[in-house]
Amino acid sequence: MNTIALGLSRARYETRVYFRQGDTVFFTFLFPIVMLTIFSVAFSAAGNFGTNPDGSGGISAAAFYVPGMIAAGILLSGVQNLAVDIAVERGDGTLKRLGGTPLPVVSYFIGKIGQVLITSLAQIALLLLIARFAFNVALPTDGGKWLTFVWVYLLGIMTSAVLGIALSRIPRSGKSATAVIIPIVLVLQFISGVYLQFSQLPTWLQNVASVFPLKWMAQGMRSVFLPDSFSRVEQNGSWDLGLVALVLAIWLVVGLVAARFTFRWIRKD
Amino acid sequence: MTSSEAHISVRDLRKQYGSFTAVDGVSFDIERGETFALLGPNGAGKSTTIEILEGYRDRSGGEASVLGVDPQHGGLDWKARLGIVLQSSGESGNVTVKEQLAHFAGLYPNSRDVDEVIAAVGLTEKAKTRIKSLSGGQRRRVDVALGVIGRPELLFLDEPTTGFDPEARREFWELIRSLKREGTTILLTTHYLDEAAQLGDRAGVIAGGRLIDIGRIDEIGAADARTPVVRWHDQNGLHEERTTEPARVVAQLYAATGAEPSGLEVIRPSLEDIYLGLVGAHLREESTPSGEAATEAQSKELA
Repeated sequence: MNTIALGLSRARYETRVYFRQGDTVFFTFLFPIVMLTIFSVAFSAAGNFGTNPDGSGGISAAAFYVPGMIAAGILLSGVQNLAVDIAVERGDGTLKRLGGTPLPVVSYFIGKIGQVLITSLAQIALLLLIARFAFNVALPTDGGKWLTFVWVYLLGIMTSAVLGIALSRIPRSGKSATAVIIPIVLVLQFISGVYLQFSQLPTWLQNVASVFPLKWMAQGMRSVFLPDSFSRVEQNGSWDLGLVALVLAIWLVVGLVAARFTFRWIRKD
Repeated sequence: MTSSEAHISVRDLRKQYGSFTAVDGVSFDIERGETFALLGPNGAGKSTTIEILEGYRDRSGGEASVLGVDPQHGGLDWKARLGIVLQSSGESGNVTVKEQLAHFAGLYPNSRDVDEVIAAVGLTEKAKTRIKSLSGGQRRRVDVALGVIGRPELLFLDEPTTGFDPEARREFWELIRSLKREGTTILLTTHYLDEAAQLGDRAGVIAGGRLIDIGRIDEIGAADARTPVVRWHDQNGLHEERTTEPARVVAQLYAATGAEPSGLEVIRPSLEDIYLGLVGAHLREESTPSGEAATEAQSKELA
């Protein structure tokens, strides 16, 4: 019980600190929103996506990019945010100080994951508001679609958070953290159907992307926000939600185990 | 003095980094309620020793007990009884002094009042300032405040007053004295010998990973290290006489010359003089080959 209470106290503290750091607010919190705006405006003149042969139907660029940007936001809020944040905390002595207090490691994790949940929910809410009211994107009205959104979101954000904690071990110093982590998440975004239309990538690149969780988060989110007719161009000609759940669940377990067993307050000699 | 009263007990402590021995067979006890100063030059093994006792580093050999627990296996209940002020901190400090202390107070079962601790370190006016906007000395006071917020039974202070101005140092000493009065056991490392003399009940001097002396602050050093020195000039240059009766030496000097000796001084060695004497003697010993090594070299030559 105390572990949970301390974890919630950490989550409040972490969230407050998060919004006081200008660089994370821009590169993690606002980034997907900025990208959605750029893509929506840039491709608005190019006509609709997924039109019928006669040029009718289809959806606007903004509507097309919403699911990818939500998936990217989940990845950034979890992996990029935590991997950089924790590596910096290890470098600047924050973790060493916490390691000398009676704070349980699990409470520290709860604090980080809580911060990720709060900030990513705020991010998605803002993204959807802008999509709906600035770019006139129609949001799903079907309850079943929103149910899918909830589980894909929860599974995706938990997976991203634990993978972020695990990846924080890789940078050798706090200063190198962004240089090590950002290329990883950037490459994933390009090959997983966030910026580039996944169905237009070569098959081998699609297969590479399918190993990593972002492709499945984006696919899950497409199933929520795109018309069902778009499922024809997916790899197996369907949304494959069972496979989305399976791959994300495997990464969640891998991330949890790696985070729990590799985390140390300080680099021991 | 029973071992159950010792808050820290160290026997033959060793720490090896590859072929380098950072701590080489150190033994000492610190009693409940005692303030113990660990002195020594940079790289002598002070911080390694203190970090082993704080549970941050594993020892390579020997025994250590801190509040009755092996620091290598100290759990959360054990950490709740400690206060740790690390040597340096570089946290981004996007929280205010008060937010930081309130948060850390919540981590301990029996913490002190946040406003009282802020007042005790002299930061009441800065309570609502973000830590990153504080000066180095003020940030150090936040470190100290975080170290005592959990009402520790045992407080580790690793060079706590580095970067303090003289006035801040004196205020800090007052704070430590009030913790002493409450019965807190304190292990302090410092470069400032006056600080050790002001606060410490006992001191240990560490050099080259070895404890080269240990004792009450007024007993550290060799027997004659505290003997006063009479020093004066005449046409033959500088004279020094080590004596337990400096007044008699001065009187004789005046009687013999019939004039005021120039540059007359009676010097009672400070802790600093005694410490420098100890460390200097140790360094000289290190730089000349020991008898054993020399013999070994000779026998190799013969073979």
